[in-house]
Amino acid sequence: MKKRVLSATMTSLVALAMLIAGCSSTSTTQAPAEQPKTETPAPATEPAKTGPKQLIVGRGADTKGLDPITQTDGETFKVTENVMDTLIGFADGSTELAPSLAEKWEVTPDGLVYTLKLRSGVKFHDGTDFNAEAVKYNFERWSDKSHPQHSPEGFEYYVSQFGGYKGDATHIIKSVEAVDPTTVKFTLNRPLAPFLANLAMSPFAIGSPEALKKDVKKFNEHPIGTGPFKFVEWKRNDTITLEKNPDYWNPGYPKLDKLVFKVIPENTARLTALASGEIDLMDGLNTDDIPAVKDNKDLQLFLRPTNNIGYIGFNVEKKPLDNPKVREAIAYAINKPEIVTAFFDGVGEPAVNPMPKTMWGHNNDIKDREFNLDKAKQLLAEAGHPNGFKIKFWAMPVPRPYMPEGVKIAEAIQQDLKKIGVDAEIVTMEWATYLEKTRLGEQEMFMLGWTGDNGDPDNFLAVLLDKNNIGSNNYTRWANEEAHQLMMKAQSTPDQAEREKMYKQVQEIIFKDVPMVPLAHSTPALAGKANIIDYNPHPKGSESLEKVDFK
Amino acid sequence: MALLAYSIRRILMLIPVLVGMSIIVFSIIRAIPGDPALTILGEKATPQAIADIREALGLNNPWYIQYFDYMKDILSGNLGESLQTNAPISDEIMPYLAATTELTIVSMLIAVFIGVNAGILSAWKQNSWFDYCAMLIALVGVSMPIFWLGLMEQWVFAQELKWLPSVGRDDSRNPVEAITHFYILDTMMAGRWDQLWEVIKHLILPGIALGTIPMAIIARITRSSMLEVMRADYVRTARAKGLTQFWVVYKHALKNAMIPVLTVIGLQTGLLLGGAVLTETIFGWPGVGRYIVTAIGNRDYPVIQSGILVIATIFVLINLLVDLLYAYIDPRIKYR
Repeated sequence: MKKRVLSATMTSLVALAMLIAGCSSTSTTQAPAEQPKTETPAPATEPAKTGPKQLIVGRGADTKGLDPITQTDGETFKVTENVMDTLIGFADGSTELAPSLAEKWEVTPDGLVYTLKLRSGVKFHDGTDFNAEAVKYNFERWSDKSHPQHSPEGFEYYVSQFGGYKGDATHIIKSVEAVDPTTVKFTLNRPLAPFLANLAMSPFAIGSPEALKKDVKKFNEHPIGTGPFKFVEWKRNDTITLEKNPDYWNPGYPKLDKLVFKVIPENTARLTALASGEIDLMDGLNTDDIPAVKDNKDLQLFLRPTNNIGYIGFNVEKKPLDNPKVREAIAYAINKPEIVTAFFDGVGEPAVNPMPKTMWGHNNDIKDREFNLDKAKQLLAEAGHPNGFKIKFWAMPVPRPYMPEGVKIAEAIQQDLKKIGVDAEIVTMEWATYLEKTRLGEQEMFMLGWTGDNGDPDNFLAVLLDKNNIGSNNYTRWANEEAHQLMMKAQSTPDQAEREKMYKQVQEIIFKDVPMVPLAHSTPALAGKANIIDYNPHPKGSESLEKVDFK
Repeated sequence: MALLAYSIRRILMLIPVLVGMSIIVFSIIRAIPGDPALTILGEKATPQAIADIREALGLNNPWYIQYFDYMKDILSGNLGESLQTNAPISDEIMPYLAATTELTIVSMLIAVFIGVNAGILSAWKQNSWFDYCAMLIALVGVSMPIFWLGLMEQWVFAQELKWLPSVGRDDSRNPVEAITHFYILDTMMAGRWDQLWEVIKHLILPGIALGTIPMAIIARITRSSMLEVMRADYVRTARAKGLTQFWVVYKHALKNAMIPVLTVIGLQTGLLLGGAVLTETIFGWPGVGRYIVTAIGNRDYPVIQSGILVIATIFVLINLLVDLLYAYIDPRIKYR
């Protein structure tokens, strides 16, 4: 009995060993024999010259969902902007407004009625017509909580840009009317200066009402818009494939036949994939790798125009940071130019205000504090801390375009603070926890940043420092009544010159009271194959790739 | 009969193990700081929206009610819905499981084939140059950081030599159409031999990276186990009968030496299934490890719970299989 079991086992083991050996030898011997036959017509390393024009874009993370109104995540918009159009667009590479689905628009002098003239003859990917009714349908879906296609989780961006939902006292949009098939009229409850810029934001792209009515859940997996590319397939955590929309309203575009977004989480591996020809374009290039890209003649470097701010914030509710003198002292002890040179590898510049220098309304008259430890010490003494104090300094655990190396930057600042007697203990934690705890105000001194959505100063100043946003994005918990009044007034003033004045004033107040030390505005780096043409990275962090082509 | 009784007993023992596991997974996740609502909504969330979503997801209920609801669903075959995608996890997890399984099988084939043979040869030629070199390589292999190994492989074989692709499961310019999500099967079913070759090429670098540690462990265990067996009386007898060394080693000694090796293979396969996160990250492999890690970053509770539960269940099942295999190979085991 025992013998039989043993011999059976033995035989099966030998068989297993042979099978294993067999598997490996067949895979190595058979494959090369097949290789020449299949590989010659379409080499894997470069796009076939005669075949369809494909662009493979490598990026760090997958899209969360493809119904843009339900998302706040940049990785989502990178895809949806190619599938769905907004009413108003942005000019290439800038935040200047440009026609998109609306060809032109008019605003009444009181800033309450916006009339948009829509493009005619435009069709959604499912063949249905784009018209004023479709626009009205989309806005009703977003604004009306009782609408059948409204999401129970709400639409975060709609609330933040348009002040809530239908029926809320703060809701901005009073009505949306389809005057005729190509005219849509928005009436507002109160003027909202950034209204048109808001319409141009990616979450407010117009989807096919028929598709939404059919299955709103499916829409999140398979979006249908009017954009240059049609959705084809989504392999989660791997690829999203789009194909050319032959009926796109912008004649001559898109140039590509196929567009694939591929997830490669590791920055270095992504660059390897680019260098070996598996992908054509990548974002999230490590600043350390910029020289390698410049030296490689097969590659080219792209810089995204700056539209962000990385800052050192103070929780003004915590002692001793509640004292503006203490905050100012720390501001004097941060060596901005040195940090930017050391950590941003030539793709960032020191910041003076919480908004980028390229944006209208930036106050160029404010002269930044120079790095001055004596002045810092003097201010600390005046504030009653001649021997300094101990403080916890929260450092970002993940790299972001506005803060490439959080912990190392924190260590550099820690060294300077030591010289003025401030003993900063660096604290770091997992990213989601970091965001949660800073939102709740558990931090003392911390670092964070922001990337703008729509090219309006309101999107930086009010978001980061208005008292209404404490508990949301105002992590400093700074509540300054004067600044608040100015920001609210600026929000509802239609005249841009007037607004500019108010925002400049706000920046002065911020500079004087120092709820944060703006550290740097960075220019995120991307890399692509040398033969890519007409790629224009947009400052808001994502763009339609309709014009991109190969040489 | 005894084997059958033993098997039933072992299978019944799974139930408390699985229940215990589900409780542990469920409680650990609740202990992580951070609010899932905030993570779902992102950096730009308002407090009102956060409160709404907490309510909608039942996050305000006491934990035991959440657990009870969860188990009720699991028992009815519903793994829940992902908070991020709103898709049923049982559907969503399949492609990831297939990707990881395919990679694990290839890694284990590499590891077993090279590991077992290197171990045998080392034992056979004990204290020779081959033995020393193989064991040195095995030592390095065990202590090699996968992250570093993976990036080096990519740099040498993809970027410099351009022999093999560096990332993903298939060529994005010529993608595989998923049927079963096991790409080797899918391409064979579709008769796409060009794609099959691409899929195999994509498996090699991550397969080696992932297989290195088990390979080294298997080599060492096989060697020591072989050395022990080769000192046994029956091997000496076999030699005395005048059998060749090859025959003695591969026919007589190997089968007995395989028992501890089998344990290691079982354990390592289970480990690879859940623990391939680093390899999957470096090689852009859309596997189940990354699926769960992404879910952790997003505080996607249902995915974390169900994902870990699925992996743990597979792990337990592989161990069960190994145990039953022992009992079959060595009948003394089931009486213990």
